[in-house]
Amino acid sequence: MYDVAVIGAGVTGAMIARGLAKYDAKVCILEKANDVATGATRANSAIVHAGFDAKEGSLKAKLNVEGSKMMKKVTDELGVKYKNNGSLVIGFNDEDRKTIEELKKRGDANGVEGLRVIDAAELRELEPNISENATCALYAPTGAIVCPYDLTIAAVGNAMDNGVELKLNFKVTGIEKDGSDYVIKSENEQIKAHYVINAAGLFADDIAKMVGDDSFSINPRRGEYILLDKECGGLVSHTIFRTPSKMGKGILVSPTVDGNLLTGPTSVDIADKEDNTTTSEGFAHIIKEASENLKAVPFGKTITSFCGLRATGSTGDFIINSPKAGFINAAGIESPGLSASPAIAEYVIGLLKEQGFNAAQKDSFNPVRRSAHYFKDASVEEKNEIIKKNPAFGRIVCRCEIVTEGEILEAIHTNPKATDLDGVKRRTRSGMGRCQSGFCSPYIVEILSRELGIPYECVTKSGGESYINVGKTKEAE
Amino acid sequence: MDLVIIGGGPAGMSAAIAAYESGIRDMVILERDESLGGILQQCIHNGFGLHKFGEELTGPEYAWRYEKKVRELNIPVKLGTMVLDITEDKVITATNPEDGIFTIEAKAIILAMGCRERSKGALNIAGSRPAGIYSAGTAQKYVNMKGYMPGKNVVILGSGDIGLIMARRMTLEGAKVHAVCELMPYSGGLARNIEQCLNDFGIPLKLSHTVVEIHGKERVTGVTIAKVDENRKPILETKEYIPCDTLLLSVGLIPENELSKSAGISLSTITSGADVDQDRQTSIPGIFACGNVLHVHDLVDFVSEEAEIAGKSAALYIQNGKENTCSIALETDGKIRYTVPQRITENKDVKVYFRVADVFKNVKINVYSGENVVFSKRKQKVAPGEMESILLKKEMLEGAEKLTFKLEEA
Ligand SMILES: Cc1cc2nc3c(=O)[nH]c(=O)nc-3n(C[C@H](O)[C@H](O)[C@H](O)COP(=O)(O)OP(=O)(O)OC[C@H]3O[C@@H](n4cnc5c(N)ncnc54)[C@H](O)[C@@H]3O)c2cc1C
Repeated sequence: MYDVAVIGAGVTGAMIARGLAKYDAKVCILEKANDVATGATRANSAIVHAGFDAKEGSLKAKLNVEGSKMMKKVTDELGVKYKNNGSLVIGFNDEDRKTIEELKKRGDANGVEGLRVIDAAELRELEPNISENATCALYAPTGAIVCPYDLTIAAVGNAMDNGVELKLNFKVTGIEKDGSDYVIKSENEQIKAHYVINAAGLFADDIAKMVGDDSFSINPRRGEYILLDKECGGLVSHTIFRTPSKMGKGILVSPTVDGNLLTGPTSVDIADKEDNTTTSEGFAHIIKEASENLKAVPFGKTITSFCGLRATGSTGDFIINSPKAGFINAAGIESPGLSASPAIAEYVIGLLKEQGFNAAQKDSFNPVRRSAHYFKDASVEEKNEIIKKNPAFGRIVCRCEIVTEGEILEAIHTNPKATDLDGVKRRTRSGMGRCQSGFCSPYIVEILSRELGIPYECVTKSGGESYINVGKTKEAE
Repeated sequence: MDLVIIGGGPAGMSAAIAAYESGIRDMVILERDESLGGILQQCIHNGFGLHKFGEELTGPEYAWRYEKKVRELNIPVKLGTMVLDITEDKVITATNPEDGIFTIEAKAIILAMGCRERSKGALNIAGSRPAGIYSAGTAQKYVNMKGYMPGKNVVILGSGDIGLIMARRMTLEGAKVHAVCELMPYSGGLARNIEQCLNDFGIPLKLSHTVVEIHGKERVTGVTIAKVDENRKPILETKEYIPCDTLLLSVGLIPENELSKSAGISLSTITSGADVDQDRQTSIPGIFACGNVLHVHDLVDFVSEEAEIAGKSAALYIQNGKENTCSIALETDGKIRYTVPQRITENKDVKVYFRVADVFKNVKINVYSGENVVFSKRKQKVAPGEMESILLKKEMLEGAEKLTFKLEEA
């Protein structure tokens, strides 16, 4: 019996669970995938928006601005990479300038600090590689970047270290009422909880329907990206947006906290909530628009491309409410959901209290989690101390991103534990470099097999049937 | 320390032996793997050593000849050691489990880090990202080193040599290789590999074809291939779906020069390797490069040959310093893509290696010094997959400032 069950281990569910870990309550997270952060949280623009996009008075605007103000403290506590790099919305003509001035007004109304419309000369000073055709920009000094899965993994890890349980491969298939409690079922398990929080991303409408709430629907919208080598990460220092138009927000170009250059996303409504495929039209669109933003974008240095699905809610705003006693929706969390996530968590816990949740705060709560990057960030002397104690930190497994066996072992043994190749990758960056795991994956498969005590051929890329190998060779049999 | 060799593959070992034989003793080979031999360890097929030893060896056998010599000579080797950084002043930072992170100041360095395979990411193939997509070399590692099969129904994109070798290897292991698709109208692999690895097994080589989409959620379930036009754009009407569980990529090799970049060595935009003189000295005096880190070779025999030059020259540099007696730039006409070396700084006989940009028949390789042809050689056929070489005699260099390599009609 749990006090609270959180469905979904994306950034929304993770931040809510961490928020709940402060209370003397029994909390669990139910996640259908083999790992946390596999939904929209895995593939997005990774931007902590300043908060000038959303309409005045909307929940999106309020929680975006609040969340972005909280993000620095949260990432410090969780040891997550965060950079306040500032953002620029660039304009190419008078019409763009008008829109930019409107954006500034809206941002001011939303409570965004420091917004300024700047001219071409200042823009060029800030970003020497910006397109010659850009004539003005909206400068938002509070804009920032963060690694969304790093944040989510750390938040879940911190929640777990403070007593929250994580159940992976638990796909909620039905919810029933049992007195004042909820019985939450998966195909082969069921749990009971007093309160349920629906943070199921794209599938939040399906979950809501399970308790009889069909007041909204969630529609998938595809967003494709192209990621470039770290060699290109210095091309711009700010996040560069285009001026939004009837056609949407357009393609942005941004450095990532890990030093790559990210371009995207496209924006196309699709029907299938699980269709995260990329398209050649998408690539062409990204390449065209990104190339208009800067003097040149070296797409020859592409290291990977990917697609994320926005959970676009039918109301146009975040859908955070309590349609039934003890049941709370945190749905329609599309952009700026990542930026807003710390504030969404507080807001949801507020609603939970309105529903009667009255657990006391516990003194033992420790908000601090050791950074997953502590070894990388250490000085040479510190590193040598660590290697002396554990020689695995002297052994490099991923040569492109310089990841040691020690870091991989910690990813497998630290909450929330990695159990597949992608899980190790998201925690350590192994395989995210220019060779895209060509060299290191056979070793990491070996380490996973050894540490998890499973046969080599049973190691998967991302759970389910995603086997890396299908059997032994004739000779080895 | 006198000499540090980075990389213990065939290039690093040959260079070390050559330096030893030229009198260098204070030296070490740093190798990130747990054993010497580099990529040859997983190349268990035949075909190595025909030029060098006059016999057909497997990769590990070829490597062993050098490893044995390294051991006999007691050349120090540090295995499991990854070099993290080198500086212009030849300070090397490396790490391993025993020593932790350490630095070495070297009088000379030989770069022999090899190359890596171009990854899928670089190709922007549409579709999903399931398990079952590997570079051919990674698949080779699973099969030959780990004893596991990465898949049973295979499509290969790219006809580089490793892809061709793996087509045969996977077939022999009981997998079905449905096709090898090559974007270009010709293969980038050796003619003998096409014969022995594809034709002998009835595996179709689809020239001017590419993979346009990958299907499958968890594991690959198929790929869509299509013919491409002369601009290498897919012709959508020719789309064809092939069910498979594995896509192997053999779409090119890239010299691994991240360390060279951190040292500030100037690199050729064509080879992605260092720009070198006839002694394989890079733009930084005392830093030499050889093997696949310099330019991608198709035969290991030439790697060894090149590494010996680098080893001897490094020894000479340590003992006497190296003096330039001339300065000749080697240039190409585009039909010849590049030469190694790219410049000549000493008046002596120099063997020049080069690759062509396309398949050409009945041509002459002409080397011009100004208006004069100083060297000319006829060839029936040249192809990008096969490296060519010519010997420039000392006399031909006399008075030259620039030598231009051209491919002209015979
Ligand atoms: C292309 C794109 C770009 C974006 N860019 C930005 C940006 O730059 N800045 C920003 O602030 N925001 C951005 N966002 C929005 C942000 O990514 C999302 O708001 C955020 O990640 C949503 O997190 P979530 O936890 O709500 O959803 P998700 O991350 O999708 O998590 C939902 C989880 O629920 C699980 N689940 C679903 N159904 C069930 C079930 N039945 N049982 C158990 N578990 C279930 C899923 O497996 C998943 O793990 C972007 C989004 C996209 C797609």
